[in-house]
Amino acid sequence: MPELLQFLLSGITVGAVYALVALGFTIIYNASDVVNFAQGEFVMLGGMITVFASAAGLPLPLAALIAIIATAAIGVALNKLAIEPARGAPVVSLIIITIGASIFIRGATQLVFDKQIHRFPAFSGDQPILIGGATILPQSLWVIAGALAVFFCLWLFFTRTLIGRAVLATANNRVAAQLVGINTNYVMTLSFAMSAAIGALAGVLVTPITLTSYDVGLALALKGFAAAMLGGMGNPKGALVGGLLLGVLEAMTAGYISSQYKDAAAFVVILAVLFAMPQGLFGRKPTDRV
Amino acid sequence: MSLLQIEGLGIDFGGLRAVNDVGFSLKPGEIVSVIGPNGAGKTTLFNMISGVYAPARGRVVLNGEDITRMPPHMLARRGLSRTFQNLQIFQSMTVLENAVAGHHLHERGSVFADLFSLPAARRRSKASEDSARALLDRVGLGRAAEQEASSLSYGALKRLEIARALALKPRVLLLDEPAAGCNAVETEEIDHLIAQVAAEGVSILLVEHDMKMVMRISNHIVVLDHGEKIAEGEPAAIARNPRVIEAYLGAQATEAQNADG
Repeated sequence: MPELLQFLLSGITVGAVYALVALGFTIIYNASDVVNFAQGEFVMLGGMITVFASAAGLPLPLAALIAIIATAAIGVALNKLAIEPARGAPVVSLIIITIGASIFIRGATQLVFDKQIHRFPAFSGDQPILIGGATILPQSLWVIAGALAVFFCLWLFFTRTLIGRAVLATANNRVAAQLVGINTNYVMTLSFAMSAAIGALAGVLVTPITLTSYDVGLALALKGFAAAMLGGMGNPKGALVGGLLLGVLEAMTAGYISSQYKDAAAFVVILAVLFAMPQGLFGRKPTDRV
Repeated sequence: MSLLQIEGLGIDFGGLRAVNDVGFSLKPGEIVSVIGPNGAGKTTLFNMISGVYAPARGRVVLNGEDITRMPPHMLARRGLSRTFQNLQIFQSMTVLENAVAGHHLHERGSVFADLFSLPAARRRSKASEDSARALLDRVGLGRAAEQEASSLSYGALKRLEIARALALKPRVLLLDEPAAGCNAVETEEIDHLIAQVAAEGVSILLVEHDMKMVMRISNHIVVLDHGEKIAEGEPAAIARNPRVIEAYLGAQATEAQNADG
């Protein structure tokens, strides 16, 4: 029994990271129908910039803050330099642009920083906390709390605020959104800034556990994508639940079958979702009409 | 004094002069119709005025301010609103939410109040909702308020788009074929609605193929052919103008006769 609990706890920790990546997908998808495959690079940048800022002598909280702000700025630059000029291109083209951007960011990170594996100390020490025979790291609690906090803030943002609703309106119909006075360019810029900041936050929270290097982003993007698909693309609740489910599924696969098949879990999920329920757990059925 | 002034507007698509040197003006509360055969450049003209296309030549002046090449959302904030021939509706929102979306432009409140659902924010959204419902009643969609927009008929969507445009409290309203696809009763309803709105001081610029409607409600008519203005004036004068009859009404009249016979 403690074994199951242990798998569950580590699954939830990993799942919280996937949920954060999936939440990042959600915002940009909501504003533009684009799945931003550079989302994983935002996570990587959050970790890497924190590492180098703190190595330069800054206190960790300040380094983390700088990493989040810098990554948000990179997100805005991605939108301004790569997505906005391609306005009017089909969504598939825009998605391919984000894949190109992710390769570019990975390459630039190697040049600007290095190819080593890095970490920084956990926020509240490394003494594991004992829960019913299983253990959890204090840093895991930070990750889980981060995912829940981001989810809650996004939920408020999309349901309560005018600008959040403007994001949803832009996704629904860009021309109609402009007609009712929404600056859709601003909405896109804001979405990229928020997604990048959330990705960077995930990177800051998880680096003490999983370590970071220039190439951790791709795997995170794929797992986060699987989580978002499972929960239903575009729905914050789906991103959270999908992320946690995927993390637990992975941990169970690793624990009870073999850790070699751990990564396969995410891809089996993608296939199963696409075959059985393309709209995901909480996604809306498409309502296109011609 | 004119509210909306169009001066020498023109645009080319490749080598084609889609619209060339078109100018006219609208006074407050005036209904001006733009007519012309298919491909005459009516919708292109609309798209230039409403910021969808950037005109190559000419100016658009709203209430003394040059609004040429302003993006649509800034035009909306300055009181110029429009509908589209092929409908631009928030399909997966309800009818009420579509109408409320138009009201948000005039809402000013803090994000803080929104987040914590303070009384001020609740009062504000209640007020938006009430006036949106009143507008829906006005266009005859009051009872469909809670339905998803995608479930409405084409004619009803046309009226919903007008309601949303009116929610912006525009000073100038551009209507691109508001009666297209509507039956005779619906056309007459839209007719009355347009006349009412104009009577409240909103200037209306109309593109419409239903000539009976155009002749009935317009104060002034501008005729385009091959992207150029070939005539303008009162409906009666336009109906008598030989160039117009040749370019447009002639064909229309023959068609009408065939339909009657």
